[in-house]
Amino acid sequence: MREFSYDVVTIGGGPAGMAAALAAREAGAKRVLILERDRELGGILQQCIHNGFGLRRFEEELTGPGYAHRYIDMVKATDIDVWLDTTVLAAEPGGVITSVSPQAGLTVVRAKSVVYAMGCRERTRGAIRTPGSRPAGVFTAGAAQRMVNMEGYLPGKEVVIVGSGDIGLIMARRMTFEGAKVKAVFEIMPYSNGLTRNIVQCLEDFGIPLYLGHSVTAIHGKDRVTGITVSEVNDKLEVIEGTAFDVACDCVLLSVGLIPENELGRAAGIAVDPITSGARVDQFRETSIPGFFAAGNVLHVHDLVDWVSEEAAIAGRSAARHARGELAPSGRERSVMAGEGLRTVVPQRLTDFEPGKMSVRFYFRAAKPMGASLLQFWADDALAFERKLRVVKPSEMIVADIPVRKIGDAATLEFRVVPAPEKVAAEDEIEEEA
Amino acid sequence: MTGSFGPGPLPESADVVVIGGGVVGCAIARELSRFDVSAVLIERSPDVATGTSKANSGILHAGFDAEPGTWKARLNVRGSRLYAELAEGLGIPRKATGSLVVAKDTAEMETVAELRHRGIDNGVAGLEIWNRDQVVAHEPNISSDIAGALWAPTGAIVCPFLATVGFAENAIRNGVRIVIECAVTGIDVADRQIVGVRTTRGRVATRFVVNAAGLHSDEVARLAGDDSFTIKPRRGEYILFDRSVGQLVNTVLFPTPDKVSKGILVSPTVHGNVFIGPDAVDIDDPEDRETTAGGLAGIIAGARRIVPALPLGTAITEFAGLRAAAGKDFVIGPSPAARGLVHAAGIQSPGLTSAPAIGEVIVEMLQDVGLRLRAKASFVPVNPEKPRFHELDREAQARLVARDPLFGRVICRCETVTEAEIVAAIRSPCGARTVDGVKRRVRAGAGRCQGGFCGPRVTAILARELDVPITAVRKDSIKSWLFLSRADLEAGEGIHA
Amino acid sequence: MMAHMVHAIQCIGCPIGCGGEVTVKDGVVAEMTGFTCNKGLAYAAEEVVAPKRMVTTTVRVSGGGLPLLPVVSVTPVPKERIFDCLRLLRSVSVAAPVTEGTIIVSDALGLGVDFRAARDIA
Repeated sequence: MREFSYDVVTIGGGPAGMAAALAAREAGAKRVLILERDRELGGILQQCIHNGFGLRRFEEELTGPGYAHRYIDMVKATDIDVWLDTTVLAAEPGGVITSVSPQAGLTVVRAKSVVYAMGCRERTRGAIRTPGSRPAGVFTAGAAQRMVNMEGYLPGKEVVIVGSGDIGLIMARRMTFEGAKVKAVFEIMPYSNGLTRNIVQCLEDFGIPLYLGHSVTAIHGKDRVTGITVSEVNDKLEVIEGTAFDVACDCVLLSVGLIPENELGRAAGIAVDPITSGARVDQFRETSIPGFFAAGNVLHVHDLVDWVSEEAAIAGRSAARHARGELAPSGRERSVMAGEGLRTVVPQRLTDFEPGKMSVRFYFRAAKPMGASLLQFWADDALAFERKLRVVKPSEMIVADIPVRKIGDAATLEFRVVPAPEKVAAEDEIEEEA
Repeated sequence: MTGSFGPGPLPESADVVVIGGGVVGCAIARELSRFDVSAVLIERSPDVATGTSKANSGILHAGFDAEPGTWKARLNVRGSRLYAELAEGLGIPRKATGSLVVAKDTAEMETVAELRHRGIDNGVAGLEIWNRDQVVAHEPNISSDIAGALWAPTGAIVCPFLATVGFAENAIRNGVRIVIECAVTGIDVADRQIVGVRTTRGRVATRFVVNAAGLHSDEVARLAGDDSFTIKPRRGEYILFDRSVGQLVNTVLFPTPDKVSKGILVSPTVHGNVFIGPDAVDIDDPEDRETTAGGLAGIIAGARRIVPALPLGTAITEFAGLRAAAGKDFVIGPSPAARGLVHAAGIQSPGLTSAPAIGEVIVEMLQDVGLRLRAKASFVPVNPEKPRFHELDREAQARLVARDPLFGRVICRCETVTEAEIVAAIRSPCGARTVDGVKRRVRAGAGRCQGGFCGPRVTAILARELDVPITAVRKDSIKSWLFLSRADLEAGEGIHA
Repeated sequence: MMAHMVHAIQCIGCPIGCGGEVTVKDGVVAEMTGFTCNKGLAYAAEEVVAPKRMVTTTVRVSGGGLPLLPVVSVTPVPKERIFDCLRLLRSVSVAAPVTEGTIIVSDALGLGVDFRAARDIA
């Protein structure tokens, strides 16, 4: 087995891995390596041929491959090493990474810092326990997207989409473009899990009905899907008797959530946030194992790739500092709680701030849709910071910068989202997001 | 005859025709392949093990359930021993986990004690009654309200699919021809003697037929004018959990049985997963493998009686299997209607365990009805070993990649399955021809993402290796195509008016 | 006779997804409420009279590492002509190598819209 040494190694060459590697190199890490299992960099962006990426990061609207290309070009312009067609088998504490590829065989890489950037996977039919038979024609939306956009094959002609996540909405339009009939989108929740713009331009533009509060209670067909049975659900998500109806189709695409592909992290023994399924990280995106960082969808599922790039840059810079021995173990650690109205918060813990640090950026997911709201930061049970939110949707991340002086020395840190008092909601409607 | 596997050609004649490529048919074929005889196995699906053999509990029962004197009792214990001898050489994953029948109260403890006596009568070794503490020490996650259990050290688990493939591959290596996508349409009988089998791929002349057609074995019998039994399909639903919770149980946990079935069990699998199930529902359609919300809720409730803290969030798939029940015991023996026809039918639990023993008795019966068999010196009882990359240590992995670079390309990331293993599974004598066939042989797509990432890649590898277009690659059954060509649809033709 | 019409418009300009109303009087936009940036105002004004969409799809590519090349309209396409553009692009085939930004179809269907390659194909 051949052995190599690097300062910073990113596991994954999608948007998170590339941004982390670039930031690490820029922050002074001399030897940086990207390990990528696919035959090219870019990750899942390469199959997301629709536009809408990069408004924040590049201030223009790019396609997925276009966004990936910006980063691929930046990586190519550096001396960052890239190993393609390479699968990481294990990354053990101490920075010993075992990888395998057809060209290089089994290889050991010793890394001073490791950045997890493996992305996420799709929830499956099995995970949501959809009953029925198991015919051909049931795909996760992302798997179908790859076949359609990169290989040129279609998963069916008469399509039903289960779940209203963005990939499902995007695939509704894609399949319509390809000539399939998209019969409907069924969402079990009383609200959509996709971006509003995607409901408009992927469904409404083509008259595709979106059924909220509906659950698929059976998939039918022996060889190939022949149809599904759908029922309305009540507010406890239980099927309402007598509301069942059948929809004929030859294809079911599932867009029912994403889960961090965090198996390497779990195997290494990092502490995992049970809600995000990603690592519990501090503001440097360092996991519970020193020198192991995480960024992008393996840390928590993002709505926009722009945030992934930004977060990965934090992880990459921190990884470079750790490699130089500058990211000292913290003297103390404080947990950050996602309280009322919130489901997740990242980072989940704070360690000692860097000298001169002015603010910390937090990313949240809301627990439920709300109108005008207040994002509150409570330090030691006192309200320390408050910001208006025009609207709150679980499908869209909330991002907030909290001044370090507001955090202070508080021992308990908690965020909440509460309905805004009517007066506050009415005024200042045009407040721009940070 | 040279062994083969594929959709044809069907030979014009054969000494014996075995109908059905489930674990029973394949075990019989393998037993026949010890002899200098031309044997053909016909299977209507594109693969072996697509009926009852693909969806069952994968348990090698110790043998204490069956009434002494029944076929079940006799063949279970023998079959269990045969697996212990054969599994490794045939490449059949088997783990000697032992099993526990868990009793919740004194009444159930009495039943468990009866089971022990029955087991002793059946020749099951090592049965012990355990008290609560012994059980809890062995199974820390078990319900705290149990009274005790029957411990059966010879209980084991096996991969039912690879068991079937192991038998089939060895049969092929020893000269059996397996013709797939070949359905029986008629059986020719002259003067009450079998003379041939008609199929969708033509006719094969033969004087001996083994009916191992599983859920359809009563239909096959009727084709020969034999209506001596009826198959009543009994459906059972299962939930399979991710390997990350593989430590939930160490052994097969049965509840104390009732009259209909062995109840909802909680069991490890040989691949490191855990499953719960099955229930038992009599149905009419021998192809109805739909899971139901009620059925899944029922097995969850049943399994919670044994293991209260079920990790439902780690469920990776649900499925239903069908048992081919034909009354209380197996239907094994010569047809009362047609000479030369021997039934291996009505094989419900413990059919998987009994399969190799069924092979032995069927071959004896064929001889009894006139088939002349001579042992073959060239019989090779084992299959070559198939390396499983992720089970090897780093040194062995490095050697494999050095030998074949395709061992360095991981296609299925959840189960760490390499391209070399997938290619080998397709090129093997009993080679995979469908996406599910690959999954069941090497586990690509059997993990937590259920083929979300590797499905398209496995499809492409199948197309390449079988030299067919992507659009001809199927999931499992003959008509289970996966993808259309883009050119089959016009842009926008399906748009809503 | 077109009088006073109020259209509810959901902005798709960015992920914030503002909702607003556009009042049209005699075919002319008279009033807009609810939009929070200039881009949104421009989108809403256009959406009520001449809706347009960016179009992304793929064209065949021969001799490359991949069979398909993703393409994107350089400017938005009138909504009612999207499928005409898609049919046109279905018939297009290019030869590798292709570099990102190369115009694959210029002035599609005389609409004044170009389509360009969204990535490199080696």
